[in-house]
Amino acid sequence: MTTTTAPPATRGSALADRLRQPSFWVEWASVIGLVVLVAIFTALDPRFLSSGNIKAMLLASAILTILAVGQSFVILTAGIDLSIASTMTFAAVAFGMAMTSGKGLALSCLIAVAAGAAVGLVNGFLIAKGGITDFIVTLGALSAASGLALILSDGRPITVISAPLFKLSAGGFGMIPYTFLIAIAVAVLAHLVLFSTPFGTHVLATGGSVDAAQATGVRTARIKMAVYLIAGVLAGLAAILLVARVGSAEPAANTTFLLNSVAAVVLGGVSLFGGKGSIKGPVFGALLLTALANGLTLLGVSQFYQPLAVGIVVVGAAFLTRFEK
Amino acid sequence: MTTHSTEQQARPMGDVLLEVDGLSLSFGSVRALADVSVQVRAGEITALVGDNGAGKSTLVRVVAGVHTADEGTIRFDGETVAFHAPDQARDAGIETVHQNLALVEDLTVWQNLYLNREITGGVGPFSYLKKRTMRAGAQEMVSKLAVNVPAVTSTVRRLSGGQRQAVAICRAAGFSSKLVIMDEPTAALGVQETARVEELILRLRDEGHAVLLISHNFDQVMRLSDQVWVMRAGRCVAGRRTAETSGEEIVGLITGAIAG
Repeated sequence: MTTTTAPPATRGSALADRLRQPSFWVEWASVIGLVVLVAIFTALDPRFLSSGNIKAMLLASAILTILAVGQSFVILTAGIDLSIASTMTFAAVAFGMAMTSGKGLALSCLIAVAAGAAVGLVNGFLIAKGGITDFIVTLGALSAASGLALILSDGRPITVISAPLFKLSAGGFGMIPYTFLIAIAVAVLAHLVLFSTPFGTHVLATGGSVDAAQATGVRTARIKMAVYLIAGVLAGLAAILLVARVGSAEPAANTTFLLNSVAAVVLGGVSLFGGKGSIKGPVFGALLLTALANGLTLLGVSQFYQPLAVGIVVVGAAFLTRFEK
Repeated sequence: MTTHSTEQQARPMGDVLLEVDGLSLSFGSVRALADVSVQVRAGEITALVGDNGAGKSTLVRVVAGVHTADEGTIRFDGETVAFHAPDQARDAGIETVHQNLALVEDLTVWQNLYLNREITGGVGPFSYLKKRTMRAGAQEMVSKLAVNVPAVTSTVRRLSGGQRQAVAICRAAGFSSKLVIMDEPTAALGVQETARVEELILRLRDEGHAVLLISHNFDQVMRLSDQVWVMRAGRCVAGRRTAETSGEEIVGLITGAIAG
């Protein structure tokens, strides 16, 4: 986060010094992993780096990137949000219902974000004020939010027809889809919030040491509530992109999004014990997971192998963090 | 939010800065403090000694705003105060160096020094951290007390025990604090590091801070302090000028062999 400006004469040795630090590999695991993966897949099938496929990958990574950013905030405070994908589903159904009842796109988007924020607020309140373990609260919210989605939609997908939404999901600047730009904007904003505001410092302090943060007067309960709210809001935003992409609001569980959001964060070098990590890491983690799925599909590997591959990659990344201690 | 005020230096030595009068506090049926009265003078190191469970920590926690007393008054810097949270004590100019130091290991030295007192620019939701200013300020705080810390940009995790203690003391000394409370600052340190921290405590006093020091180390108390208060079983049993007492007398007062 703070760029150490080494004098040029020692830069070479400083780099070698950094390369020997396990923390360097943890920090850059997702970037290095992505580069390696791209190299392998391109060698096996040059179509992997065709403009069409790059566009498809960026498009596919947008939702996961946004969820991973939300998950990062929570994990940086040493918490976890297991409900993030179900919250997205719930927000998607709310969005779909608002659209079909003729509320208009802008209001429907607001409703989607508000639905996500509501789940985040409940999570945050129960964890920070209720003193219930984050794992249990968000596990409960996972079930409750997907239940609500099913009840509201009566278990049926809600078809959403909207020209602007279609344009959002299909359009872009050359190879860069609009949705990917939204995801990058979210990530840049999150990075600034985390590293350039007092709030961000307090998030890291709360995750690093609740006692120390409290002793200096940081309202750790408020910080905890805020990160779950952020995760909920971003789940709501992701819901809009999901509906735009699929063309309907599906009350399906979306469990792969949950696992992948945690996986992207772990790949991105964010400590599960909190207090340490970045936003760029999880963003590259999300890209890596998307590239992995895309590459395997391109090579004709059965999609049943994808969860297996994701599992191996994630545990491998977690193994790296072990050496950091 | 400015660093370092030098106004304390203008204060004539020996004014009573903190006056605790008739303080009592019970936790349920446990009477932790009973009618405790002590004074801390500006520009002095005041030691608070006593056996484990004598109420030293409880007393400083009341002064630091962690606990609120059932009875009694606290006058600080000429005003009667009643703190309900550590921030309030901090805002009034009372800083505490906790036994666990309250540092976040994965944050840098400067981030810890400015934790929850960040310097920001911009307005409202668009306020941002002035990192350069804080780094420079941290460097100034560190060099003012001649603290031996590798760099203010290194994380606390990389520091030794003594260096961490120094950072915690540095933080307490900054931000125009008038009284610095230290709870066993050298308990976990080696001989050399203890000497360094003791130098630092003396420097704090010379800078004009009042220091309230809890210590189990009698040599240290005799070496550093100007005034000693002895606590036993929740009561303050005696107060002595350090120059007019001896280690034996203090030990006697602590154990009760000498009635206070």
